[in-house]
Amino acid sequence: MIRMKPVDVVIVGFGWTGAIMGMELADTGLKILALERGAYRDTSPDFTYPHNADELAYGIRGELFQPLARETVTIRHNLNETAVPYRQYGSFLLGNNVGGAGIHWNGQHYRPSPEDLEFQSHISKRYGAKFMPADMQIQDYGVTYDELEPFLEQFEYLCGTSGTAGNINGEIKEGGNPFEGPRKKEYPNPAVKNNYGAQLFADAARSKGYKPFPQPSSNASRPYTNPHGVRLGPCNLCGYCERFGCFMYSKASPQTTILPVLMRKPNFELRTHSHVTKINLDSSGKRATGVTYIDAQGQQIEQPADLVIVAAFQMHNVRLMLMSGIGAPYDPNTGKGVIGKNYAYQMMSNVNVFFDKDVAINPFIGAGSGGNVIIDEFNSDHFDHGPQGFVGGGYILGGQTGGRPIQQLLVPPGTPAWGEKWKRAAKDSYLHTTGVQTHGSVMSYRDRYLDLDPTYKDAFGLPLLRITFDWHDNEYKMTRFLTDRAQEIADAMKPRQTSQTIRKPGDHYDVRQYQTTHTTGGVIQGASPETSALNRFQQNWDVHNVFVTGASAFPQNIGYNPTGLIGGLTYMSVKAIRETYLKNPGPLVQA
Amino acid sequence: MNTFARPRRRGGGLWRVIVALLILLLIVWMAAMLFPGGGGDASAKGAEITPDLVKQGEYVARLGDCAACHTAPGGNPYAGGLPIESPVGIIYSTNITPDPDTGIGKYSYGQFERAVRRGIDAEGRTLYPAMPYPSYAKVNDQDIQALYAYFMQGVQPVKQDNHAEGIAWPLSMRWPLTYWRWLFAPKVRPMQAADTADATMARGQYLVEGLGHCGACHTPRALTLQEKALGTAGGSKYLSGSTNDNWVTPSLRGELASGLGSVPEAELVTLLKSGRTDRSAVFGGMSDVVEHSTQYMSDADLAAVAHFLKSLPAARDEQAVVYNEATRTALYGGNVSAPGAQLYVDNCATCHRTDGRGYGQVFPALAGNPVLNGENAGSAIRLVLHGATMPPGRDAPTQFSMPAFRERLTDQQIADIVTFVRASWGNRGGAVSAHQVSELRGKPPVGQPTMTTYDPRVRGSDAPGATAEEQAGTSVTDK
Repeated sequence: MIRMKPVDVVIVGFGWTGAIMGMELADTGLKILALERGAYRDTSPDFTYPHNADELAYGIRGELFQPLARETVTIRHNLNETAVPYRQYGSFLLGNNVGGAGIHWNGQHYRPSPEDLEFQSHISKRYGAKFMPADMQIQDYGVTYDELEPFLEQFEYLCGTSGTAGNINGEIKEGGNPFEGPRKKEYPNPAVKNNYGAQLFADAARSKGYKPFPQPSSNASRPYTNPHGVRLGPCNLCGYCERFGCFMYSKASPQTTILPVLMRKPNFELRTHSHVTKINLDSSGKRATGVTYIDAQGQQIEQPADLVIVAAFQMHNVRLMLMSGIGAPYDPNTGKGVIGKNYAYQMMSNVNVFFDKDVAINPFIGAGSGGNVIIDEFNSDHFDHGPQGFVGGGYILGGQTGGRPIQQLLVPPGTPAWGEKWKRAAKDSYLHTTGVQTHGSVMSYRDRYLDLDPTYKDAFGLPLLRITFDWHDNEYKMTRFLTDRAQEIADAMKPRQTSQTIRKPGDHYDVRQYQTTHTTGGVIQGASPETSALNRFQQNWDVHNVFVTGASAFPQNIGYNPTGLIGGLTYMSVKAIRETYLKNPGPLVQA
Repeated sequence: MNTFARPRRRGGGLWRVIVALLILLLIVWMAAMLFPGGGGDASAKGAEITPDLVKQGEYVARLGDCAACHTAPGGNPYAGGLPIESPVGIIYSTNITPDPDTGIGKYSYGQFERAVRRGIDAEGRTLYPAMPYPSYAKVNDQDIQALYAYFMQGVQPVKQDNHAEGIAWPLSMRWPLTYWRWLFAPKVRPMQAADTADATMARGQYLVEGLGHCGACHTPRALTLQEKALGTAGGSKYLSGSTNDNWVTPSLRGELASGLGSVPEAELVTLLKSGRTDRSAVFGGMSDVVEHSTQYMSDADLAAVAHFLKSLPAARDEQAVVYNEATRTALYGGNVSAPGAQLYVDNCATCHRTDGRGYGQVFPALAGNPVLNGENAGSAIRLVLHGATMPPGRDAPTQFSMPAFRERLTDQQIADIVTFVRASWGNRGGAVSAHQVSELRGKPPVGQPTMTTYDPRVRGSDAPGATAEEQAGTSVTDK
């Protein structure tokens, strides 16, 4: 074992939250070290045009994702099954390399609804605790929207998010989301202009009495300089966003918003190809002494540190906590324990909309988020759930993120899957097809959780993380309700034909299908050490010098894309570290 | 800057000249050994070194851009070792840290002064004129004293032996350079602010002609390698444009199309400060200048430099470039019949746009850009071939990169593209041939022109086989 010179702060994982933590702590003058398991990556030379627009390399073979042959997760549907490894990318995409999933996200940049953060309390109060199924175990975040608002704004101004505000200081604004929580000011950039499919959706939605608004987007609509002085380029709607790096410097990522400043700080160091396997504790088990990692040559390295920030992908955070023996592992039989608790996901449905040749959609004009249109009437608790008999909801989106040949080429229902007829249908449909999507929440349940797999190991011989997950009735009801509304809007777009993809009761969770990549929970934050692993500042209740960032902190999943909330929670956490914890290290919330 | 690298394309004629000179100079070798000349007093004592003087000297070192040559990429500051191509072979910059054995720690003030302003080292040998002492001859005593204070007490001493020069005998002999120095190096005559009534103008001239040694790259050189003019007094050849390291160094005089005639003073200040403006960006050797020198200049000094440069009249009569809508209208309407137009739309327009105006401080405008309106298209060709990355500037940390197209486009395609952009939106640069592209394709740039300066792969520490110790550099201890 090689022992390295101690540092003040070690950051495990160098994606979005690791970069934010590094940047916000760098001004303290502390010696900060980030350990990233993957390689260094930057816009140039790694994402340059035309190499970035290679759908086979990035979209299918997942060049930017973690290589599953070295480490993956195992999955089973219930407590009685034996889990098997996730061998091919489908359902969710594990980030890798510097920038992590912040490289290959779409830039769909939302805030949570205020009630999302106090969901258990809110639902109980409005509908009564009995409204929720007995095995549903949703919780509050321990943070209110008003407390979080400045940090949500801080992240949007870092990213140069483009959008139209719907609620400024309580005043509802035309053209924005009337259901959103109040924001203090406008988005830093105006919304990206609607693509044509989105425009047709917006018109149809308006005719049904809804309030469509531009999807908030961290694809910059114009060149933008953020508060760190880092400048982003303008999005050109190239159609290669999710799964791809951005060659225009316009999709917000650690590379395009933070690294040009952070990488030059003399007190900041990044080590790549450094795979952390354990957070080390002192003999009391109450204090972390640093981490152990494996370098590119397979050497075991001990890195002492006074403060450990666990900022890897959601699943890796959970696995690292379990392998380090911090916090009690969750037991689904008793409901006791906290690490691995409340794993959740999201549930989508699609309505594909086929037009005749007189409607030119030109789907290759698309951005990961910019240019699409949303309605939010059926998300969170924006409507009366009483008659519907389910908890949660989602947004409905119109438009398209691109027209890539392999994954985004849609043909009408009834078309054969290959051969001459498929080719003709593909050619006839390509320029005249768009989509309507629902993007729904998934609640947390007593029997949905994460633990270490008893059988399968990674390339280092360490146990893989095991996911126990399947859909519950609440989500089937939610998606049926949302998809019916989506279908009504799609029909109002007056297409020639539509097709629908929906998960119905009896359909099991299928990892081969893409359904949003948003996995959450496992190291959740909350109000009490009995029910959560972290306090409201994402500080571990048991080991006060361990903070865990990212979607692993979500007690259940929201109907929005998670990145905006992740960024906000990270900024709130690091402010508490900087202003309170460093002055007097100890628990920031008394249990 | 690689001051001395420029004339290597004239190599054949130069060789003959140099050999002839050598024979001649052998005869007077003794003279050179006996009377090295150069003036100055090697035993002179400098001013008392105070923290303020050291700080002042640090700024003077920025103005003189000492780091550009004396710091190798990834190396310790001022420890030397940067290879500089010259017509006679590779010259390596020297260690000018105060290390007493391998650096200049034993230099007296007088020895230091003689090296900087007169091109003579402590042993009395003449320095290669890669060291711009003909320009530094104008630097005043006060700045030289500050510089000395900084290099003695403000710079971390580094023990690093100087690299052996990559020059073969007989050209490796130093003494003939003495004659070069006698012939071409000016007398040390510090410029005085009081020389003109306009203090800003005087300061600008002092910085440009002296410490900034702008002429080392931007003034054409004679066959015998001296700059054809060392200041405005030398006539309109001064800063009238040249070539360096296979880049075209544009005229800094008032030519309306290819010089600074159409660039307002304020824009020039922004370019030197940030490395980019709403219309343009620096590249090539000028990237190093912005990164290591001009971004650190005070606003007053930047304004003075811009003010002085804008006072230089055009060396050539040119009409201003007026924006012409025809290209934009044609491309916007899908008309790509012009040669190179389709290639431009497919490869360039996403950033530089069909209107040729780019995006402010992100992707430079091509319309009206002086780089595309000069006689020599070399820079444009090299940018397309090898790409480029903006330097970090003051308040502008983002280093936007242009990709390299050398693997994607043929010589003819690149010639078509460069010809197209030199003839569009009102630009009036001439056509470019595939042969010109082919010549430059074989002269790739050194370093990583498409990586940021903070990319750890530049220094190799991101290699998949790198150990933790290698990644951590020197900070690893207590195993």
